Amino acid sequence: MNLISLIGAVEIGLVFALVALGVYISFRVLDFPDLTVDGSFPLGAAVAAAMISGGINPITGTLAAIVAGCLAGIVTAWLNIRFGILHLLAGILTMTALFSVNLRIMGRPNIPLMNQPTVIDLFAWLRPLVEASGLPGRPTLKVLALLIIVSVVGALLARFLTSEFGLAMRATGANPRMAQAQGIPTEMHTYIGVAMANGLVALAGALFAQTAGFADVTVGTGTAIAGLAAVILGETIFRTRSIVIGIFSCVFGAIAYRIAIALALNTGWLGLQSSDLNLVTAVLVAMALILPKVANPMRSLLKRSAT
Amino acid sequence: MISLSDVHVTFGRGTPLEHRALRGLDLTIPEGEFVTVIGSNGAGKSTLLNVLSGTARPERGSIIVDGTDVTRWSAPKRAKLIARVFQDPMAGTCERLSIEENMALAFSRGSVRRFGRALDASRRALFREKLSMLGLGLENRLSDSMGLLSGGQRQAVSLLMSTLTGMKILLLDEHTAALDPRTAAFVLDLTRRIVEEQKLTALMVTHSMRDALDHGTRTVMLHEGTIVFDIAGDQRKSLDVPDMLNLFRQARGDELSDDNLLLGMGAKQAAAVRAGKTASS
Ligand SMILES: Nc1ncnc2c1ncn2[C@@H]1O[C@H](COP(=O)(O)OP(=O)(O)O)[C@@H](O)[C@H]1O
Ligand SMILES: [Mg+2]
Repeated sequence: MNLISLIGAVEIGLVFALVALGVYISFRVLDFPDLTVDGSFPLGAAVAAAMISGGINPITGTLAAIVAGCLAGIVTAWLNIRFGILHLLAGILTMTALFSVNLRIMGRPNIPLMNQPTVIDLFAWLRPLVEASGLPGRPTLKVLALLIIVSVVGALLARFLTSEFGLAMRATGANPRMAQAQGIPTEMHTYIGVAMANGLVALAGALFAQTAGFADVTVGTGTAIAGLAAVILGETIFRTRSIVIGIFSCVFGAIAYRIAIALALNTGWLGLQSSDLNLVTAVLVAMALILPKVANPMRSLLKRSAT
Repeated sequence: MISLSDVHVTFGRGTPLEHRALRGLDLTIPEGEFVTVIGSNGAGKSTLLNVLSGTARPERGSIIVDGTDVTRWSAPKRAKLIARVFQDPMAGTCERLSIEENMALAFSRGSVRRFGRALDASRRALFREKLSMLGLGLENRLSDSMGLLSGGQRQAVSLLMSTLTGMKILLLDEHTAALDPRTAAFVLDLTRRIVEEQKLTALMVTHSMRDALDHGTRTVMLHEGTIVFDIAGDQRKSLDVPDMLNLFRQARGDELSDDNLLLGMGAKQAAAVRAGKTASS
């Protein structure tokens, strides 16, 4: 694998680190398997691309994308809480609706963002550093910019989840009955958590559009599962309950996953092509979900024979 | 003071599975009273506690705590007044969270949760001190996952958690039923200590008549959603388990046939029971 494709893998890995953090909030913290993200990722890309190509400041465009993602999450949470629709189905409903919404926002299926200002330009002060390193300029700058954004978001999220409010959100997912008995308004925490998760994924979509240079209505397919793959990979590497390490492992898992995929594609392993990505991801996630169940009886057998 | 009047709760209303769990229940509990609640399975004991904690809504009747009508209050809103320990040791704590995180959750019960750190040195010191009172060595395991503790340890921690804030009412729903006899005795003793030390108003559901008589200051028996007897004071002191069993059978016999002939009980005995019931309520 050459340097350019490695940097490219880290870049997309960092974008998906934000997806992984969103999925971590909904699937792990809240125990709310939310599939809205397949729609909120392209939503973020669509909002940012439409606004930036319309001449609006990229920071405003990115913030608007986050807000749009939060709103999408609130719709899903509302369908689930207010009307008792199964969370999976509520997410699919919102995601389906978002496909049309995203087309409306963009006005066409694809918006290229060539030579437009992006949030990456905010990090132009890093350029001397990049040039001194001798690494390819533009891609390295993008990676550094994303690294800073992901680090800040990760640190904020860690601080949030260890606060009283964040702990209440974790209790909402871990044991809602206990949470209520402790005076925690679990519905409010679900609304806020699902909104945050989709806001993060929309941020990822907005950054994707600005680093990849385009937004397309189809970029969302498989987002939830890709995020879950990163979360699971991180959890497998760092077996922990600690929130701080948990967040770090999401980021690490997302990057490691993309590098592994890039390696597999590059070496032509099993004759895989980039279009096989979703198949590979789905198979890996399915295996990760199946394996612990298969392994457990064996483990308990081993334990029993040991004692 | 807690006062429930004419409380009705029906599950599955209008369906073939309609079940009237509480049928016009009246109960007044003065401040500082420790009431033990007995009754057969399905009598409505848990529903009574759920109605108090706000997790079941009565379709009729009112619940007044210290002069405030809380009938329409949600469960989280009532949590500042009411703490509870569940029968299932898994239910009252989060096994995915650590001991100290569970205690931090309970520490903020009834106050607004903001963005300050849930855990800091002073809180940890407080939790350590509280845990050491249990004598289980848990004060050295603050960051252990709750899921690592035994059922008895979890119930003990649940009890401790319920006392971290100044609540008025403690609800205990067969909180020792899932424990082995020794652990159950330990948790019961801990309950008694906590209720006495903090001068709590408490309701404890138990399936053991022995425990119901040995603990608390008053005993009520539920049957089919109403209170069928209610004893306190000297009358209660003079009762033993066989007497209770008699009352229990009789209450159920009353249901089947008013003249008590079915269970071969004397009319005199039945009258005595009815008198007792009205005298103490
Ligand atoms: N959420 C519920 N939905 C339907 N029926 C319920 C529910 N909770 C309790 N019941 C029924 O109400 C009756 C009283 O239940 P409960 O208060 O739990 O009894 P117990 O005295 O054993 O604690 C039982 O017949 C039970 O099956
Ligand atoms: Mg019960």
